[in-house]
Amino acid sequence: MDQYTLNLLIVGASFALYVGIAIWARAGTTAEFYAANRGVNPVMNGMATAADWMSAASFISMAGLIAGVGYANSTYLMGWTGGYVLLALLLAPYLRKFGKYTVPQFIGDRFYSQTARLVAVVCLIIISVTYVIGQMTGAGVAFSRFLEVNVSTGLWIASAVVFVYAVLGGMKGITYTQVAQYIVLIIAYTIPAVFISLQLTGNAIPPLGLFSTHTESSLPLLQKLDQVVTDLGFTAYTAQGDMLNMTLFTLSLMIGTAGLPHVIIRFFTVPKVADARWSAGWALVFIALLYLVAPAVGAMARLNIIDTIFPNGPQEQAVEYEQRPDWMRNWETTGLLKFEDKNGDGRIQYYNDKAAGFTETATQRGWSGNELEINNDILVLANPEIAQLPGWVIGLIAAGGLAAALSTAAGLLLAISSAISHDLIKDYLKPDISEKGELMAARIAMAGAILVATLLGLNPPGFAAQTVALAFGLAAASIFPVLMMGIFSKRINSTGATLGMLVGLIATCVYLFTYLGWFFIPGTNMLENVPANHLFGISPAAFGPIGALLNFGTAYVVSMMTQAPPQHVQDLVESIRVPRGAGAATHH
Amino acid sequence: MSDKPNDYWSANIRVITICLVIWAVVSYGFGILLRPILSGIPIGGTDLGFWFAQQGSIIVFIALIFYYAVYMNRLDREHGVDEQ
Repeated sequence: MDQYTLNLLIVGASFALYVGIAIWARAGTTAEFYAANRGVNPVMNGMATAADWMSAASFISMAGLIAGVGYANSTYLMGWTGGYVLLALLLAPYLRKFGKYTVPQFIGDRFYSQTARLVAVVCLIIISVTYVIGQMTGAGVAFSRFLEVNVSTGLWIASAVVFVYAVLGGMKGITYTQVAQYIVLIIAYTIPAVFISLQLTGNAIPPLGLFSTHTESSLPLLQKLDQVVTDLGFTAYTAQGDMLNMTLFTLSLMIGTAGLPHVIIRFFTVPKVADARWSAGWALVFIALLYLVAPAVGAMARLNIIDTIFPNGPQEQAVEYEQRPDWMRNWETTGLLKFEDKNGDGRIQYYNDKAAGFTETATQRGWSGNELEINNDILVLANPEIAQLPGWVIGLIAAGGLAAALSTAAGLLLAISSAISHDLIKDYLKPDISEKGELMAARIAMAGAILVATLLGLNPPGFAAQTVALAFGLAAASIFPVLMMGIFSKRINSTGATLGMLVGLIATCVYLFTYLGWFFIPGTNMLENVPANHLFGISPAAFGPIGALLNFGTAYVVSMMTQAPPQHVQDLVESIRVPRGAGAATHH
Repeated sequence: MSDKPNDYWSANIRVITICLVIWAVVSYGFGILLRPILSGIPIGGTDLGFWFAQQGSIIVFIALIFYYAVYMNRLDREHGVDEQ
């Protein structure tokens, strides 16, 4: 059987499974559509949350980001897991006790203000839509590489699949589909890693392999890696990073994670407050299974790539272009891997031509510039081919990448549709809408969101990395602080919270736009995006915590200068702080 | 309720504070800012700070969440505010 048929078979079987589950778990009521009737077991919910959270960025890009830089990009590992501690301790149990369906609903009730609620709806939609575009594009790329169709066709296939199971199933269908997707994606991620770890270190557990001995050289794996990358002029893999920006960027990812609406609503689906606490723990266990493997995948892939290009070590001749392995040929056609023979010797010289200290060595060896460009995003997808693993592993990776992208897209679409049908239509524009009508509105909103995301994905604005930074920065600067203050302070009032959100939101946007261009339009930035221009050396991607701080500060000062919230709101805060009575809160 | 609800809340705030201090020390501390100090402790070809940044902090995060869940479920029962 050829690779194409194998890919088709494995991806097709996984999709049949998802659609089957969606039909089996079809939602009939709004309670089932928004919160799966609050009947989801915490372990299952943890698994679904893990699939919901781990997107194309975690599955496809993260290991590549770590591989390319090494230690300094550990920020992604800590940032995208540490947010769950904040969720479990500061938000999840209380929001579950509150017992409503959406994040803006909590903000509107706690701050007794439709304005606060509408600001929250706007933040939610901006955050979620930017995210969906990324997932759709990711799924489109995976389809086009493995099913050998063009990117646009891949994107339409992706949106059709999401449409079927998200629109029909709602939260109930999505939750059970995500459990299946988690299983597919974790198997797909782990199997190649185990093979590669065995090949390089003889240890079958990749996280342990990362810190054990490289069989071929008898050196510790990381020491060997440091050696080969510095031999080619790159910074050592384990070298120290910029402490200020590492700290702030990690903080931005952590607070942003805890403020992402599609993650928060997962904790509304469990039966009890105690289950919300457990559920966050289980979610992190299932996420950690991938996040502990990812740094091993990154380091080992970097070593394997250099080994492929310099089969006799970096001190010897590089491989001839005509002798290059098949995976390089395959990925050259996507344009994500490029070779240019600058010195005309027919060999692939791959090194760091930007390192001043390395120029002399390069000249001595007759090299005239780096000849190979590798996009970090292909690393995980190409990994089984680089390590020469069997064909079914390659098909599995395709199914896993698609599961990661589609499960996150579905969760985001649910957050968007509930904000529109529940917060905007049911409670603001048309309060007398019937349950059937609301369910219909939710499904139409979801279909509309899929269409918008697909159209934007077809013409990607070309700033994936920046928009993700925007989504995290905004979640950190707008949603997280007001949720936390709403629970932990009885004194913060509606004026304080609304102004706090607006200040956090606007400050973060302005800082990003100053360096990245207004609305990310290239050329409209007022200052060049280089460290020398940054305020106190803070990079735009790391600005989230500063926005959050401005939000906290504004809300506190304004609230202190204005009237305390009314008694019934203070009673509400008192009641969400204790778990007793959570069952009753569901029947509103 | 057997006692004042405020006792329950201040016990909660105390355990949250302790957990968040540990959370910050393993990630921002050992993983980033204190790494140069820990560089003398070798582990698998690199140093302890690198291990905390890529593995250790994640393992501690999981432990913290489960510890908090166990602690709070007991506290709920002791103060008679658990779900029945």
